[in-house]
Amino acid sequence: MSTILDKSGFNPDRKLKIVGTSPVKHDGIDKVTGRAKFGADLFLPGMLVGKILRSPHPHANIRSIDATAAEALPGVKAVVTRADFPELPQGSAAGDMSRNAMAREKALYDGHPVAAVAATSESIAKQALKLIRIDYEVLPHVIDPVEAMKPDAPILHDHIRTKGVKDAADRKTNVVERLELKMGDVEAGFAQADAIVEHEYDTMPMHQGYIEPQGCVATCTEDGQVELWCCTQGPWVFRDRLTEILKIESSKIRVTQSELGGGFGGKTGFYAEPVAILLARKAKRPVKIVLTRGEVFRGTGPVSGTRSRIRMGVTRDGKFTAADAELIFQTGAFTGSMFFNAPQAMFTRYDLKNVKTVSHEVVSNRPKVNSFRAPCVPQVVFGVEGVVNELAQKIGMDPIDLRIRNAATEGYKTIYGETFGPIGFLETLIAAKNCEHYKSPVPKGQGRGVATGFWFNRGGETTGTLNIATDGSVTIILGTTDVAGSRISISMMAAEELGIPVDKVRAVMADTHALGWNRITAGSRTTYSSGMVIIDSARKAIAELCRRAALIWGVPEDGVVFEDGHCRPASSNVGEFPPLSIADIAGKTTLTLGAIAGHSEMNVTGAGPGFGVHIVDVEVDQDLGRVDIKRYTVVEDAGKAIHRLQVEGQYQGGAVQGIGWALNEEYVYGEDGRLQNPSFLDYRMPVASDVPMIDTEIVEVPNPRHPYGLRGVGEVPVTPTMAAIANAIGAVIGVRPRSLPMSPPKLLKLIEEARGAR
Amino acid sequence: MTRKYHVAATVNGDEYEYLCEPQQTLLDALRDELMLTGTKEGCATGDCGACTVMVDGAMICACLMLAVEADGKKIETIEGMAQGEDLHPLQRNFLELNGLQCGICTPGILIAAKVLLDRNPDPTETEVRYWLAGNLCRCTGYDKIIRSVLAAAREMRGA
Amino acid sequence: MHSLKYEAPSALGDAIALLAQASGTSRILAGGTDVIVQIETDLIEPELVVDIKKIPDLRGIAVENGAFRVGAAVTGMELMDHQAFCKAWPGVVDGVKLIGSMQIKGRATMGGNLCNASPAADSVPALIAAGAIVRIAGPNGAREVAVEHIPAGPGRTSLAKGEIIVSFAFPPRPPRTGDAYLRMTPRTEMDIAVVGVGVNIALDADGVCTAARVALGAVAPTALLVEEAGAALIGSRLDAPALDRLAQAAAAACRPIDDKRGTREYRVKVAGVLARRAALLALERARQNI
Repeated sequence: MSTILDKSGFNPDRKLKIVGTSPVKHDGIDKVTGRAKFGADLFLPGMLVGKILRSPHPHANIRSIDATAAEALPGVKAVVTRADFPELPQGSAAGDMSRNAMAREKALYDGHPVAAVAATSESIAKQALKLIRIDYEVLPHVIDPVEAMKPDAPILHDHIRTKGVKDAADRKTNVVERLELKMGDVEAGFAQADAIVEHEYDTMPMHQGYIEPQGCVATCTEDGQVELWCCTQGPWVFRDRLTEILKIESSKIRVTQSELGGGFGGKTGFYAEPVAILLARKAKRPVKIVLTRGEVFRGTGPVSGTRSRIRMGVTRDGKFTAADAELIFQTGAFTGSMFFNAPQAMFTRYDLKNVKTVSHEVVSNRPKVNSFRAPCVPQVVFGVEGVVNELAQKIGMDPIDLRIRNAATEGYKTIYGETFGPIGFLETLIAAKNCEHYKSPVPKGQGRGVATGFWFNRGGETTGTLNIATDGSVTIILGTTDVAGSRISISMMAAEELGIPVDKVRAVMADTHALGWNRITAGSRTTYSSGMVIIDSARKAIAELCRRAALIWGVPEDGVVFEDGHCRPASSNVGEFPPLSIADIAGKTTLTLGAIAGHSEMNVTGAGPGFGVHIVDVEVDQDLGRVDIKRYTVVEDAGKAIHRLQVEGQYQGGAVQGIGWALNEEYVYGEDGRLQNPSFLDYRMPVASDVPMIDTEIVEVPNPRHPYGLRGVGEVPVTPTMAAIANAIGAVIGVRPRSLPMSPPKLLKLIEEARGAR
Repeated sequence: MTRKYHVAATVNGDEYEYLCEPQQTLLDALRDELMLTGTKEGCATGDCGACTVMVDGAMICACLMLAVEADGKKIETIEGMAQGEDLHPLQRNFLELNGLQCGICTPGILIAAKVLLDRNPDPTETEVRYWLAGNLCRCTGYDKIIRSVLAAAREMRGA
Repeated sequence: MHSLKYEAPSALGDAIALLAQASGTSRILAGGTDVIVQIETDLIEPELVVDIKKIPDLRGIAVENGAFRVGAAVTGMELMDHQAFCKAWPGVVDGVKLIGSMQIKGRATMGGNLCNASPAADSVPALIAAGAIVRIAGPNGAREVAVEHIPAGPGRTSLAKGEIIVSFAFPPRPPRTGDAYLRMTPRTEMDIAVVGVGVNIALDADGVCTAARVALGAVAPTALLVEEAGAALIGSRLDAPALDRLAQAAAAACRPIDDKRGTREYRVKVAGVLARRAALLALERARQNI
C-alpha cells in the first residue's frame, strides 16, 4: 500500500487557495500582547529559585565538594552536586551529556556547572552558592584547537583515541575523530586544471545569540513523576536524554515546551534542566532555573571555530576539475560538533567529480559546542566561495556565470551518497543573475560580492494528529517546536487539504505525554516533516469523512469524493445528494460513530535540498576598517513558499545573522582561559541601524516528493553570507579577508598591507 | 531576613503594591511580584531592550531601575498596549506584515516603537532604525520590524 | 546576607550627610545604568545606595549670565530634547547621544557618566573640550573643578567621601565657536567607544582658529585633555598641515591598552583619524554659528 512518502500527489497545476498566501499567524496575538509564555514565564505555588555554581577555572580536577554550609543556610531547600547524578561511563554519549550538565571528575571550561542550590529567593540562592567549598586542582588549559592537537597539549579526556585513524597509537589525544570523505581522483583533477587557488582560512567561535536565555521549571512528586516546562527544540529528545542520564523512566517524565524565544540549534541540547529536576526531587517543591545572559555565553553551546585549507582547480573555459580541503573543527569540552556536515556540504552544489576532504574534530577547554543553522557549514563555505570567486577572477569569468557553468543538476551523485532529484541551484543562479540588484552597476566607492550555499534539508521521525470537532473545526497536534512560525504554515496545509479557511484550524504544541516521538526541530525539517504528517493525517481523516458520507447516503464507499471541503457523489450515477460539509458529517456522526481524526507517525523522507545565492554591496571606511552593508539580496529556492512572508523572514534573518558573524561576533578568551565578553555589550550582534533592508527573491523549483512542493528554508540563508560579504570587502580593498570575524582592527591591518603591497 | 521595601505604583492604569528587596530591579518586580511576564529579560544589563517599559512617560529598560524606585510612579508595559479588544495599530501591523518570528523581542520593540511614533509621527527609515538600536532581534534581521513600524506610522497619520 | 539600604533624600544636605557618614561601600544612584548593572552582576556590593533624583538642585537646565548650567542628574533624553542646549553645544550632545540606547538615555546622566569614570565614557571628551566646570557639594562645603580633574583612573574619581556633583557649568557660547565628538565603534550603536575624540574651537572674523581644546577618550586610564593637539590648531585655518599636526599630537598622547574592544596599535591610528574628522565637524559648526 503506497503511503504519502511514495506518492505525494504533487500536482504542479493544482490551484491553491491558502498555500502561498500570508495569513496572520495564529500565535501572533499572544506575542504582540505579551501573553505568550516563554521558558521563564511559568510560576507555580511554592516555587523555588535554582542557581548554578560554575567553575572559574578552564581546566581543573575537582578534588572535593563541601556543601554543608550552603545546606544549613535558612531558605535553602536543596543542594545538588555530582553525587546526585547517576554514574555513567566516561566517553559514552550519556556520560558526556551528564558531565556537561554537571562536572564529575573535572571542570573542563570556565562556566562548567559544579553544583546547584534551590532556595526561597534569588538572593538566598546566590548567597548559598558562595558558601559551597570546592577544592580544585587547577590544570594547564588549552583553548585553540591547533594548539590542542599538539603532542604536548594538556589532555582533556584520558579515554579519547582518535576515531577514523587506522592503527591509531594508544596515546592520549584531544583529537576525537579524523574523517576522510572523497570521490574520484583529485590529483588527476588538479593536473587537468589551468588555474588553481589554495588558501587557509580561520573562523572564531560564535554564539547563536537567541534573545531568550534558557528557562525551565521542574517538579517532582513523591512517587517520582517529573514535569518539566522548558524552552526546547526537542521535547522528546530531551525526555529520552533525561531518562538516560537521570535514570528516570520516560513515561514518568512529561516535557512541556514553552514558546521558544529563538533557538537556531542552540536549544537542541539541555543545560540546567537535569539540575532543576534533581533539585525539585530533593526539595519536593517546584524549582525554576533561568540562566543569566552571562551564563548563556559561558555555559551553553557556542558554534564551532574552524581552521581550513581549501584548494580548487578550474579549466580556462570554466569547468571545475577538482577540490580538496583539510578542516579542523573545535568542539569544546565534549564531542558533538556535527562537523561531518562540512565536508558533506561544502562543495555540494557544484558538478564536481574529484573531491577529497580530511576533517578533524578536536576538544579544548571551552563549552561544548551546539548547533547553529547549518552546523559547521557556513564557516567553511566562507573559504570555498572565496576560492571560487578568485578562480572566476583568474580566468576572467563573471562570478555567477562560473557557478552556472558548474551547477549540479538532477542526477548528480553527492559525496555523501545521495543522488539529487529535481533541484533548483541552476534556477536560483539564473534568478540571481537577472535580479535588479545584480544588474545594477556597483555604486562608486562600493564593492560587490556574490556567494552561494547549500543545505541538505532533513526529514526525520515525526508524529502528528488532526482532530475534527463536532462543529467541523479542526485542531492539529504538533510535536515539532515552532521556532519562527512553522505552525501557521502547517495549519495552512491542513486547511488546504480540507478545503476550509485557515482560521478554522488551530495548532496545539504537544507535550511528551500527548503525542508520539518527534525528532528535534533542526535541519530545516519542521514545516516539511510536520507538514507531511499533518497532510497524511488530513487525508486519513478525509477517508473517514467519505466513509461516513457513504453510510449517510447508503452508497458504496467508492461512490464518494472529497472536494472543496465537501463530500460529494462521485457521479450522478451514484445518486443526487447535496454535498455534505465537514461540519455536517461531524455534527451528524460524532455522537454515534465517534471522533473523526487522522494520525500519522513516520520517518519523513524526500526533503529536497535547498540552494541560495547572496549578493551584497559594501562600503569600507579605509581609515578605520569599518564596513557598512549598503545593499543585500537573498535569492533562494524554497520549492514552494507555503507562507510567503514567513519564508522571506527566514531569508532576512539568516542574512543578518551572517552579517554579525562576518563582521563582529566572536568569543574572546584571555590567557587565563576565561571568557572576556559574556554579554551583549561586547558580543556584538547587529542592531537595527547596522543593516539595510534585506531584499529577497523566492525561487520555486518544486520538490515533487512533497504534496505542495516545499523545501526547507531555515538554514540555507546563513551558509553563503560571510563569504559574500568577504568577497565584497575584497572588491573594495583589493585583498579578500580569510579570517572571521572581519573586525575593524583586522581589516585595517589588511588594508595597510594591501596598500603597502601596491 | 533581608528588609523589604513597600512600593505602590500604577501599572497600565491599575494600582498595584508589592514588596521588594533593595537590589531587585523593576523588571524583577513586574515579572516575579506582579506576574506581568510580557516584559522579558534578555540580558539584565540594558544591552538588548527586551525589558523596555515606560515610567512616568520616559522609555527605559526595566532592568536598569531598582524596584524600590517605582514607588508613586506610573508604569506602562506591553500588557497595557491594547485597549480592550482593540489592538494598537503597531500591534496590528506587526501581525499583518509578519514583523515577528519567535516573538521574544516583540514586546520591547512595540513599546519602543510606540514611544517613537508618539514623539515623531513621520519618522524616516533611518530614524526608526536608530531609535530601535537598543532592541536586539535575532530572528527577523529587522527588515519586517521596520516595515511594520513605518506602516503603522502611515496608518496613524491617516495617510 | 546582602544588606543593601536604599535612601532617596529630597535635600542635598541630607544626601551629603548620608554619604559622608556611611560605613562600608556606598553608591550614588542617578540613572543607575552603570551602578545597577554592577550591583546585579556582583561587581560591587554596596551597603548604601543614595538615590539623588529627588533633589531639585541636581535637575534642570538653566541659563545663567548667557551660559548653560546643567544639573548632574539631567537625563540624556532631557538634554537631547533641549533645543537651545543642542544648538549651543552640539558636540556635547553628540557624546550624550552615543551613551547606549534610547532606553539607556531615558535614565543615564552626565553626572553618572563622568563619575563611573570609564576611560571610554562618551560624554567626557566633549565636556572636557567644552571647558565645562563641575560644581561639587560635600561635607566641607562647595567647590568648583574643571571636569577633566574628576576622573582619577578606571572606575575612580577624585571626589572625597560624601561629595556629590551638583551641576555642570558651561562657558558662554560666542559666535564662531563650535564643537564635535566622534568615536569609533564596530557597530553603529550600542558599543563602548574604542576611541573617542572631542574638539571645541573658536574662530575669529577671518576664520582663523583662536582657541581650541581637544580631548581623547578610551586611549588612556582617564579621558585626556591634549594641550598639544589644541595648540596644533590655534593660529591656523584648520588646513591640511594643521590637521596633520593635530593627528600626530593626538596619536602621540595615546597610552592605550590592548583589550577585547581594540588593540593598542589600532587605537593610536584611529585617534589621529578621528581627531581630524572631529576638528572638521567642529569647524563646520563654528562657521555656521554666527
